[in-house]
Amino acid sequence: MIRKIPLAWLQLTREKTRLIVALAGIAFANILMFMQLGFREALFDGNVQFHQSLNGEIVVINPQSDALLSLKTFSQRRLYQVLALEEVESVHPIYIGFTSWRNPQTRKLRSIQVIGFDPDDSIVNLPGVQQNLDKIKQPDVFLFDQGSRQEFGTIAADFLQGKAIETEVGGRTIKIGGLFQLGTSFGADGNLITSDLNFFRLFNQDGRNLGLIDVGLVKLKPGANTKVVLEKLRSSITQKDIRLLSKQEFIDFEKSYWASSTAIGFIFTLGTIMAFVVGTVIVYQILYSEIADHLPEYATLKAIGYTQFYLLIVIFQQALILATLGYMPGFAFAIFQYNIVQKETLLPITMTISRALLVLLLTVLMCCISGAIAIRKLRAADPADIFS
Amino acid sequence: MQQPALKIQSLNHYYGKGVLQKQTLLDINLEIGAGEFVIITGQSGSGKTTLLSLIGGLRSVQSGSIQFLGQELSGASQQKLTKLRRQIGYIFQSHNLLGFLTAQQNVQMAAQVNNNISMQAARSRSQTILQAVGLGDRLNYYPENLSGGQKQRIAIARALVNQPKLVLADEPTASLDSTSGRAVVELMQHLAQEQMCTIVMVTHDNRILDVADRIIHMEDGRLSYNNSLTPARLSRQFESNT
Repeated sequence: MIRKIPLAWLQLTREKTRLIVALAGIAFANILMFMQLGFREALFDGNVQFHQSLNGEIVVINPQSDALLSLKTFSQRRLYQVLALEEVESVHPIYIGFTSWRNPQTRKLRSIQVIGFDPDDSIVNLPGVQQNLDKIKQPDVFLFDQGSRQEFGTIAADFLQGKAIETEVGGRTIKIGGLFQLGTSFGADGNLITSDLNFFRLFNQDGRNLGLIDVGLVKLKPGANTKVVLEKLRSSITQKDIRLLSKQEFIDFEKSYWASSTAIGFIFTLGTIMAFVVGTVIVYQILYSEIADHLPEYATLKAIGYTQFYLLIVIFQQALILATLGYMPGFAFAIFQYNIVQKETLLPITMTISRALLVLLLTVLMCCISGAIAIRKLRAADPADIFS
Repeated sequence: MQQPALKIQSLNHYYGKGVLQKQTLLDINLEIGAGEFVIITGQSGSGKTTLLSLIGGLRSVQSGSIQFLGQELSGASQQKLTKLRRQIGYIFQSHNLLGFLTAQQNVQMAAQVNNNISMQAARSRSQTILQAVGLGDRLNYYPENLSGGQKQRIAIARALVNQPKLVLADEPTASLDSTSGRAVVELMQHLAQEQMCTIVMVTHDNRILDVADRIIHMEDGRLSYNNSLTPARLSRQFESNT
C-alpha cells in the first residue's frame, strides 16, 4: 500500500490548543454518557442483587406486585399447591417489609427493608448469611447489611469491634447478631435479615400473619428442567391470584419496572440522549470551524486535482480521530468518577466492557453524524474562486 | 507543425442570469504553442482571470471550445476535469499553501495527487524541486515562518513537481517586492524551459513583461492586442539561429 501524507491528522494536530479544547468537549460528552448509563445500570443491578442471590429456580408472587419495594401478599396455600408437582423439591415462603430503624447514635429514624424466612432453610446466597442463620433463631436478633447507608449508624464497624448493638426497629428493641453483604438499591437504603418468626413479631401490628407471604421460592429436584416445570405449573394452577416466574424472569421483572414504569429509568435514558446531542453539537462546531477556516486550502486541493470524495474522507478521518482521542480521557475520568460514586452512594456502579464499547460506539456515531452535517460546508470550497 | 498546447475557438462566457446577465468573454480565439511563455495583461474586470480559470478546467465552458493538448474541455464531466487538472500546474496570487503542512509536505501533496507514485518517490521529487527553487534548507518550515517570496517559490515548486505541460499563474508577483518578484518569474521561466512547459500568466506587473514570448492584452472581454515580438522571443530566436 502507498502511504500518503496523513492530512487529517496533521490538520488537527497543528493547532494544539484548539485540539485540546475539542478533546475536552468530547471527553465531557463521554463522561456524561458514562455517568448516565452507569447510574441506569447500577439502579437495575442494585435492585436485583437480592433476586440474584435467591437459591431456587422458580418464584411465586402476587400478580399485582410490581417491584420488590411494593409487594402484595398472597396466600401460602398457593405455594403449597406447587409442591404437588413431583419435580419440585421444596417451597419456601419469604417475607419482605419496610419499617423504621432508629440510628443508635443519633436516635434518628430511617426506613429499612426487612427480609424474613425460615432459618432452617438455605434461601439466599449472600456473604455472611449462611454462617449466621443460627443467631436469628433467637428472638429479636437480626443480621445487618454492611452495605447499608451511613445514616443507619456505624453498625458494621461497631459490631466488628465486638460492641453489642441494640436499637429500636419498628417500635421493638432488637439486637444485631451478625453482618451480611447485600448493598443498597434505589428502593432500599439498608437491609436486615431475620427469621420468619422475628419478622412477624416486628410486623404484628400491620395485620401480617404467617399465612400471607410476599415471595415464594421454589427449589426443583436436580435435573429438572425449569422451563418445562414452569409450563406444567402454569397449566395446572388455574387460579389467577398468583404469578409464576423463573428466577431470570423475576430479575427482568424488577428491572423492567424501574426501566419503564418509573421516571427513573427514563430520566437516565434521556440523560444519555442529551449527552449524545451535546457531544454531537460540540464535534459539529469543531469540524465546521475546521472546514470554514481551511476553505481556501480545500479549494486549492480541489484545483490541483483532488476530488470532493478525497476531502470527504479527510473530514471523516478527522471525526474519527477526534472520537478516539476524546474517548480515552473520557473513559479514564469515568472510571475515576465511578469509584467516587460507589464510595459515596454504595451503588454497585462499575465499568463494564459492554458499556465501554457502547459509549465508544456512541462516540463514533456522534462524530460521524457531526461530520455528515459539517461536510455540507465543504461544497462551498469552489476551485473556480481561487483565481481572483 | 507541432500540435498547439492550447487551442481556443470562439469562446464566450457569461455571468449571472436573465436581465442581469453580463458577458465577460467575447469571441476569444487563441492558439498557444508548446513551451511558449504567454503573459495576459489588462484592467481588472477585463476577463483575464475568467479566461485563466476556464483554461485550467476550474470553471465549465459555456460556449465555444478549449482544447488542451487535443483534449476538449467543453462539455467535459467533473471527473474528467479533475483528471485534467492533475496535468496542470497552478500558481495563485496568494500562494494558497496549506498552513498546517511544511514546505515539503505541501509540494508532496501535489506530487501524490497521482495515485501511482510511491511515498519515497514523492518525497525525493519534492525535495529535488524545492532545492531547484532554492529552498533546500527550508524543507521542514511551515509557511507562516517563511517570507512572501519563499512562499511563492514553494507554490512554484508545487506547480512544477509533476512536470506539467501547462502552468497557469495568476498574478504570482502581486504580493512581492520588485527584486523577489523578478526572481520568482525568472525562476518560473528557467524551470519551464527546462521542462518544455507552456506558461500562461496573468499579471499587472509591467516590470516582468520582458520575460514573455508573447504578450496578450485584454479589454472588456476581448483580445485587443497580440504582440509576439517580445525581447525574450527575439533573444531565443537569436540563440536558436546561432
